[in-house]
Amino acid sequence: MSAARAERLVNLVLCLLSTRQYLPAERIRGIVPGYADAPSDEAFFRMFERDKTELRELGVPLETGRQSAFDTVEGYRIARGDYELGEIDLDTEEAAAVALAGSLWDSPELSGAAHGALRKLRAAGVEVDETRGSVQPRVRATEPVFGPLLAAVQAGQAVSFDHRRGGPTGEVVRRTVEPWGVVSWRGRWYLVGHDRDRADVRSFRLSRILEPIATVGRPGGVTVPPGTDLMASVRRNFDYGPVTGTARAWVPAGQAHGLRRLGTVVESRAGGDVLEIELRSERTVARWLAGAGPDVVVLSPPSLVEHVRGLWAGALAAHS
Amino acid sequence: MSAVTDRLPRLLSLVPYLLARPGVLVEEAAADFGITPRQLRRDLELLWMCGLPGYGPGDLVDLSFSGDTVTVTEDAGMRRPLRLTTAEATALLVALRTLGEQPGVVDTAAVQRATAKIEQAVGDAGVATVAVDLSREEEATAKAVRGALDHGRALQILYYTAGRDAVSRRTVDPMRLLLVEGHGYLEAWCREREGVRLFRLDRVEEVTELDEPSVPPSDAEPTDVSAGLFAPSEEHRSAVLEVTREARWIAEYYPVDEVVEHPDDSGGARVLLRYADPAWLVRLVLGLGGAARVVEPPELAAAVAERARAALALKMED
Repeated sequence: MSAARAERLVNLVLCLLSTRQYLPAERIRGIVPGYADAPSDEAFFRMFERDKTELRELGVPLETGRQSAFDTVEGYRIARGDYELGEIDLDTEEAAAVALAGSLWDSPELSGAAHGALRKLRAAGVEVDETRGSVQPRVRATEPVFGPLLAAVQAGQAVSFDHRRGGPTGEVVRRTVEPWGVVSWRGRWYLVGHDRDRADVRSFRLSRILEPIATVGRPGGVTVPPGTDLMASVRRNFDYGPVTGTARAWVPAGQAHGLRRLGTVVESRAGGDVLEIELRSERTVARWLAGAGPDVVVLSPPSLVEHVRGLWAGALAAHS
Repeated sequence: MSAVTDRLPRLLSLVPYLLARPGVLVEEAAADFGITPRQLRRDLELLWMCGLPGYGPGDLVDLSFSGDTVTVTEDAGMRRPLRLTTAEATALLVALRTLGEQPGVVDTAAVQRATAKIEQAVGDAGVATVAVDLSREEEATAKAVRGALDHGRALQILYYTAGRDAVSRRTVDPMRLLLVEGHGYLEAWCREREGVRLFRLDRVEEVTELDEPSVPPSDAEPTDVSAGLFAPSEEHRSAVLEVTREARWIAEYYPVDEVVEHPDDSGGARVLLRYADPAWLVRLVLGLGGAARVVEPPELAAAVAERARAALALKMED
């Protein structure tokens, strides 16, 4: 931004903050330094339009209105109460927490926004010291589609993109989604929204969404239903369901630590321990148990015993 | 944010910032805004030209410099910073809530108080658009680690190594507590291994603070986690696996270098998978029950067959 333009914009903000009346564009042209340089009416209005857009993008609450019913042209002002950040007073521990939060993000979009927030808090008199402590949280978001999707969520605008169903080599399907939010769950990012093609709520892993993201319709066209729990929409996909039983398995003493961490030892027997593991998805538990190979003997239920033996037989056949 | 759009928000914040800190060092103010003292002086010179219509003395922003310090004497009505944008409020409040829901890692009471105060100051800015979940199984461990870091003491831990499927007791000198990709980690100098190691908190089975100081060697380098935790290293080897559609998820779940889809439309693929420990790979393939076949290295394929045969031979009555 040129120094002249920056100066003009600061003066415009100060002028509109100081007025209670709506100032018409022509009046602004006359009193705010910089506009007088415009060589024609057309050049002035172009300049003024660009300046208004710039201020609105920064979040400056520019109001338009007429002073009275007799006024023929609209004017502008900034309500101080809407412009100014409210009073905020943080103690040392609270300020330390804010500093830590400001450095949580490891993605350009969110860390840029967080630093913008910290700059304003400092300007409000809060002492935020970001020098690193011994605790360092990091939430990464390096997927290239993160920025455009977050922008669409914040603009309330529908998006359309290619989605790779089922992972890295899956088939590519076109989706049109009303984006409600982005969620990081267990270190992975998901887009949650209303899938127009399937007329239902869906979550999409960001690494499966391909560039480019196209916007559909106008900004502000998407409304998030009140009470939406973004995290729950993602978590639902990983729900193993209710506990349906208990698996019992024997493991030798000092072996199969991974399995021991999943269950509880209920008795000692034959130079080892009998474990009980909650059964939700038999498939998943069977996979864990089969991985231990001869370091486990599955005792019950019979269907699980057969399932695990089936996995071993399959592995043996594939490798013979 | 580009330099073009970054200057105006800074200019609007500068006067309130200086008002709150009369006589602040130019250098300190520049550091707080992440710019050079020279750029800060240029900003101040520009602000000197700004003010209220009339633009006479008393209407303009006025500053006084004294040595290396600066003070605002006339503010032209720019007394408070601009409120937070939705994006700024989202980034900050979601980060605070994320930390607040992670007991043990930080002082959660302070986080919650700060969240409430900031929510009140920014008003309603629709911040439900981002949500982050960090695993919570490690609260007690995180608290113990934070205590040891605060007291500067060494720790003894009983640690489960997933690669080797074994637990071991270690004495470590804590360096940092990290939260990366949804999990908490203790970064410490491991006295047994004589190296810097990352210990995932949910795999620490026991933790005891020792009565001796934490003394990581001065040349102990913090781990660079900026490229993620699974950055390729020399310790890793590669295996070639043939997977069917059913086992294709492993290519997304574990670090892979290459995925070649089968041309026959079966959904199968050939995957180049990185691993550190052969026993881990054998466990993975055994659990997949024939949906994955080790092509290379051949000795691992033989190990899978042998473990499967041995497992099938074992029987025990419940």
